[in-house]
Formats: sequence, C-alpha cells, structure tokens
Amino acid sequence: MTLDLRFSRSLLALALGAGLAAPAAAADRELLNSSYDIARELFAAINPEFIAHWQESEGEEIAIQQSHGGSSAQARAILQGLRADVVTYNQVTDVQVLADDGLVAEDWQQQLPNNASPYYSTTAFLVRKGNPKGIESWDDLNDEGVEIVFPNPKTSGNGRYTYLAAWGFADHQFDGDEARIQDFMDDFLDNVVVFDTGGRGATTSFIERGIGDVLISFESEVNNIRGEYGSDDYEVIVPPVSILAEFPVAVVEPNTERNGTEELARAYVEYLYSEEAQRQLAGFNYRVHDESVAKEFADQFPETELLRVEEVFGGWDEAMETHFSSGGQLDQLQRR
Amino acid sequence: MSSLALRLPRRRVLPGFGLSLGISLTFVSLVLLLPMTGLVGQLKGLSLAEYWAIISDARVVASYTVTIGAAAVAALANAVFGLLLAWVLVRYDFPGKRLLDALMDLPFALPTAVAGITLATLYAGNGWVGGLIEPLGLKVAYTWVGIALAMAFTSIPFVVRTVQPVLEDLPHEVDEAAMSLGASDATGFRRVILPYLWPALVTGTGLAFVRSLGEFGAIIFIAGNAPFETEITALMIFVKLQEYDYAGASAIASVVLAVSLALLLAINIWQGHFIKRLHGGRG
Amino acid sequence: MQRIGDAPAARRALITAAVLLAALFLLLPLAAIFAQAFSQGVGVFWHNISDRYTLAAIGLTLFIAVLTIPICLVFGVALAWLVTRFDFPGRRLLQTLIDIPFAVSPVVAGLIYLLLYGRNGWIGGWFDAHDIQLMFAWPGILMVTVFVTSPFVARELIPLMQAQGSREEEAAVTLGAPGWTIFRRVTLPNIRWALLYGVVLTNARAVGEFGAVSVVSGAIRGQTMTLPLHLEQLYQDYNAVGAFASAALLALIALFTLAAKAGLEWRTARQEVTQ
Repeated sequence: MTLDLRFSRSLLALALGAGLAAPAAAADRELLNSSYDIARELFAAINPEFIAHWQESEGEEIAIQQSHGGSSAQARAILQGLRADVVTYNQVTDVQVLADDGLVAEDWQQQLPNNASPYYSTTAFLVRKGNPKGIESWDDLNDEGVEIVFPNPKTSGNGRYTYLAAWGFADHQFDGDEARIQDFMDDFLDNVVVFDTGGRGATTSFIERGIGDVLISFESEVNNIRGEYGSDDYEVIVPPVSILAEFPVAVVEPNTERNGTEELARAYVEYLYSEEAQRQLAGFNYRVHDESVAKEFADQFPETELLRVEEVFGGWDEAMETHFSSGGQLDQLQRR
Repeated sequence: MSSLALRLPRRRVLPGFGLSLGISLTFVSLVLLLPMTGLVGQLKGLSLAEYWAIISDARVVASYTVTIGAAAVAALANAVFGLLLAWVLVRYDFPGKRLLDALMDLPFALPTAVAGITLATLYAGNGWVGGLIEPLGLKVAYTWVGIALAMAFTSIPFVVRTVQPVLEDLPHEVDEAAMSLGASDATGFRRVILPYLWPALVTGTGLAFVRSLGEFGAIIFIAGNAPFETEITALMIFVKLQEYDYAGASAIASVVLAVSLALLLAINIWQGHFIKRLHGGRG
Repeated sequence: MQRIGDAPAARRALITAAVLLAALFLLLPLAAIFAQAFSQGVGVFWHNISDRYTLAAIGLTLFIAVLTIPICLVFGVALAWLVTRFDFPGRRLLQTLIDIPFAVSPVVAGLIYLLLYGRNGWIGGWFDAHDIQLMFAWPGILMVTVFVTSPFVARELIPLMQAQGSREEEAAVTLGAPGWTIFRRVTLPNIRWALLYGVVLTNARAVGEFGAVSVVSGAIRGQTMTLPLHLEQLYQDYNAVGAFASAALLALIALFTLAAKAGLEWRTARQEVTQ
C-alpha cells in the first residue's frame, strides 16, 4: 500500500506537477475501516477522537482511512483482497461471509459485548409535515393510496430490515397465520413507488424528488435526514413494534497481521464501546448500550418493542434463505 | 468499398509485421481475452439446467423485456432525431452550426454517472422539465420512459455520426434526378435519398441499440427499479453481485455479452459493405 | 443549385426543429449541471472543489488518464498498422475482438478483472502471496480503464489508414528508408489528427469511467476514489451541490474534449483541402 502510494505520488508529481498530489499521510501506521455507505459522517466524527485518544495513551500518531459503500459490496472487496483492518457494517450476514472465509474469527460475535454490536437501531418512518396520511404503525402503510419509498431488499441491507420488520409486525399481528401475513406483505409491497438500490438513493427520491408519503429507513437515518432537511417539513414516526437492527464490528485478522496493526485494530473496535464514542453515536441518533449515555439521550428514543431476527426468523441464514434468495418469499410476493 | 481490400498489399513489403503483431496479440490476449476466462470460469461451475434456470427466471426475463423495449424505443427515436440533426448539419448553413455540430458528441464525452444524476434531477416531478410536464400527466422519471430517455441520451451520437458522412458524400445528381421527376420534397426524400441513407441509418441505429443494452450508470438513477416494471438487465447483474452470486451474475452477463457481440459482429460486416468511417464508442 | 429540402419553408422548419430538440435534449442537461453546481454561489462551489478529498480524486483521475493514454496509443497504432498494412489469416477476427470492450457492460468488465486479479483469482492469488496489491489500488483502476478505452485509438486509425492505402510507405521502402523513419516521416503526418482525435476520446472515457472502476476501486477516501466515484459519494451524502461541483468539473473536461475534437476536425478538413 505504501509502495503504491509513494510510486503513484512520484509519478503524479512528474506528470502533473506537485500541486495535485494526494494528501500526505504523515502518520506511521494506518488503519483502514471498511464501513457501510451511510456512516461517513459518523466515522468522520469518531476517528479524530480515537486518533487523539491513541496519541494520548500510546504516544503514537496514527491515521485512519475510510472506505464506504453498500455493505455487501464492501465485504466482497475484502474477500477479493481489500486490506481493511476493521469492518463496521450494518448487516450481520456481511461479517459472517468474512468469517466463513476465515478472514474474521469464527466466534466474532462472542468476542465483543452485545453480539459485537456496539450500537443498534431500528426501522422507523419519515413522513411529510403534519403526517397527512396518518401513519402511525405498519398497518397504516397498507392503506389505499399510501406511497412508500424504501430501498430494494435485494440490493440493500437497509431494505432487508424494512421488509423483515413489516413481516415481523404481521407475524405478531396475525399470530403466525402465513396466508394473512402474505396478503399483508403483498399489499405492503404494492404500495412501494420506487425501489432504489441503496438507502441514500431512497432518501433522494423522497426528499429531493418529492416522491411518496413515507420513507422507511433506520431510525438513526430518518432522524439525521430530518436534522439535515429541516425539522419543520418532516416528522419521524417510530412504530410501536419494529425490528432490532444490529451494527456488527470485527477485526479482519489476516489483514491486521499483514499490516502490523493487530492491537490497534482491536483497540479501535473496543473504543466504540467507550462512553465517549457512545455519546457520539447517540448524537448521530443511534441507540447505545452504555447506561449513563442511554439515560442522557432517553427522550430521543421512544420506547418500542424490538423484534429479533433470531427469534422471528430463526437467524440471519434462515431469513436470507427463505426470504431473499432467488425464488424466495420476496420474489414470490413480487410475482403475485 | 471493395477496392479497399484490393489496395491491401499481397506481399509483406512493409516492415514492422512482427512488432505490430507481437504488440497487438499480447495486448489482445492479456487485456481483452485473459479476463474473459474469469467469466468462463464462473460459468463452468454451473450445470446447463442451472444456467437456464438463472437466465430464464421470470424477473430476469421481465428485465430483458424492459431493456430491449426501452432500447428499441430509444434507438428508433434516435433514428428520427439523429437523421434530422445529421440532415440539418450537412445540408444547411446557419449561425451556430459549428456549435451544434460539436454538441452532438456531448453524450460520449460526458461521464455516464454525471448524465444519470443530471437527467434524474431534470425530469423528476420537481425538476425543471418534470415540473412542467408532470401536471400534464406525463411522467418520465421512474417509468420506462425515463429509461428510454437515458438510453437515447447516451446513444444519440452513434446515429448522427454514422449518417453524417454518408449524407456528405451524397452526389448532387441524386437530388437532381429526384427533382427532375417533379417529385415533392417529401416524396423525393423518401423515394430517392432514403434508399442511399438507410444502410448508414440502420448501422447507427444498431450501434445505438447495442450501447443501450449495456448501459447502467446513466439509467439507474432515473429508472425507479420496480420489479417486473422498470428493472433493467444490468441491474439484475448488479443484484446478483450484491448476493455474492458471481456465477449468476456471470450467467446473465454472458447473455448480454453474447447478444451484444453478435449484433456488433453483424454491424461490423454490414458497415464493411457500406461505410467508410465510423466514429464511435461508449461515452 | 437547388437540392431537396432547400425550399425556405422546409429549411426553416427543419433547422428550428433540430435546434430546439438539441437544446432541450443536450444543452439543457449541461446547463442544469452548472446551475446546480453554482446554486449556492461561487464561494460554495470553490469550497467544494478545494476540499482535500476532491483534490485527491482529481489527482488520481488525471494520473490514471495520463498513464492510460500512452498504453492505448501504442496498442492502437500497432493494431492499426497490422490490420491495414498486412494481410494475414484472422485479420477480421482481430478487428472484431477489439470491440469486446464495447459489448461488455462496464460493471461486468470490473467484475471479470476482480475475479482474475483479486485475492481468490488464479493470478491475483499469486500476487497476493507476494504482497503485491493490484485490485483496490491504482494498478487495478488503471487496468480496467485501459480495458474500456482500448478500442478508441484503433477504431479512429483503421478506417483512415485503410482509405489512405500503403503506397507512400511502399515507395519509402524502395528508397531504402528504415522502418521507424517510414512511420515517423510518412505515416505519422498523415494520421496525426486522427491519432489526436483517438487520444481525445480515450481521455474523455478514461476520466469519466464509473461502472468498471467502482468494482475494483475499494472506495478508500482520498486514496482510490476517482472523480466520478467521489461525485457519486457526495451525491449519496446529501451533498448534491458538492456532487454537481464535481460534475461541473467533469462536464468542463467534456466541453474541452468537444472543443479539441471540433478543432481537430477543422484541421483535418483543411488538410484534405490542401492536399
């Protein structure tokens, strides 16, 4: 990596003059964090804190590089040789893919507290001012004439959570009556007006293009959007029943061995559990486990019943297989 | 055009055969063919039945329909629009003609991602154009019309740049013959000029069509991506990749590749007969 | 002399229709890019452009283009020389093979490179074992860029060199000129504008490629993000103005390409007249 950069920079300087060279990294060691695509601002805020923390405790100056993209595209890049030291994803399955390939420890979920998920969120709604369609919970979304925007569950982890949350609600409501759940899901999917490939695309459709009555996304995300685009124009609705969305983190061990960053990478993921980091996470509207921070931010996060994928769907592997594989439940529903 | 072939030397009097053959073969095998083995390698892991199941999946088939339908509409629209532009650029003099001529290549020069976000911004319900036409009941963004529009935008230069040189070379006598028959402009154009142009027009339209089949970046922002309605085949490949299903992605890609290559080969043979110079490429 | 469609009414109607259509279809999107980029003033535009990640993306994009051009140039000239100056079995096939990049969807192009040169690929595995990183670093971006841009120079040269024939070069051979001199003194002056034109097209595509590069980039901010990738990320980050600022830069490069191309065509036309 350093060879690449140095070479590219010297060639660049030759070809274009020194003015356009890539920003210099003065630090000795670098950490590469491969993350999901809506976490750019989050880690842009946390990284400087960790760098300062490391400087203070270890006296070493380090740099942190960020790579963001669709969670599964990011995991695929690591499988194919991207030398990321740590992963911070929004999908358990995407870390599991790495574990299956031996890039992440087999027992990664046991290595850190709360299933290796330093923060969590749920799925919530963003509606237009005054909530004209009166949307309070999942069944309101199925009313005639309600237009829903959320990303494609086939391409987006965010979209998968929304789909599973709706299913979980129906399962809860109809006591597991499969036929009624399917009818419910059918109506739900019928009301979707745009399937963007990712969460941010869905936001653009809803906000910038003015499409739809309700945007469904992570609670953190809809709050951030409301903050970004004006709290007067939009309202956040957290439904009384929704799904637990975990944000798993792990160290990519073969890469840290190669980069000589083992203890640094471990310290980084552990730092995400510290009170400072948890406070920052809560500031970005993620729910956190740290008790004092959680209490501090309690009124930001309405109480809601959070369903677990493990309990409703028998785990991620099974959920993926039954619902999202080719010819699975989602395909069948969309075919009807 | 057959005289061209005759002008090629039969004996190798010129130097550099070995060198140019070496460079060309090395490049073609390393850069173009070797990576193709990766695609073949993925396909080898599939049985014929599995391969067929993937490429004939209902949703994928629906995406073929959308892609081919929109590409056909875009190509036909471009045939008319491109012919008009080529005609005006060749036959008339007017202020701003050079500018208009230069503008024709914009879709090749503009990165597709830029074209994508710009078209989506313009034609959405609250965009400059979308805001005007949506009240009239015309929806472009997030419908197949939007897909066709993005395809038409990225492929219009193929038609213009293919028809233009042929029109330039059209002898005066052709016009005179038509006029001496006393035919009206429209009949003269249809009966006399069009027969000269149509090989070039078909070639250009064909190239535009092939280009539209593979386009992803410009379309994805404006497509809406609703299953069975506005999903294009390139998106299906993208979806398979997201699922770590490389074999599935390769299978669908191989269908697009085979169709595109077959069409390109047909066009190459066709153009070999009719057209001297083709500007071209994806933008 | 009167030709079909020269009647003033038809003429006026056709020109108006063409100009209107082109303005709506081509000029309007261009205008929209700049309008969006400057929608919050020049200061914000400048702030977006001078952002350190934007600068890094500009640097990488130009760096890739600067490396891509000579590679495509050498290949294009060699191939054009081969297929227009010699007759050999497989000539047609070779000519069709160079069209492969036009038939392959860019995302698939990126994928096939990733599968071959990535950690699990049979070539990439060897490189990985020797600690050489191709994918997710600039060499990977360069490789896919060369792939998608490889036909442009050759496609510009082949029809021209075919039309010009090889008589002049053959005459030079009989006069005893060495090969390199023949190319430099006889061939090059005849093809230089087409060659430059090919370079201009190669450059435009190399700068703007998105699909293929996005697969092999790894998207490390400030390191492996090209300008089109950077633009997409900004767009995803709700920074539409910033995204359009980058888009405006790319559109400027596109406009420069068009101007260079128009200029070259004008030179070529003049060359033909003087000959």
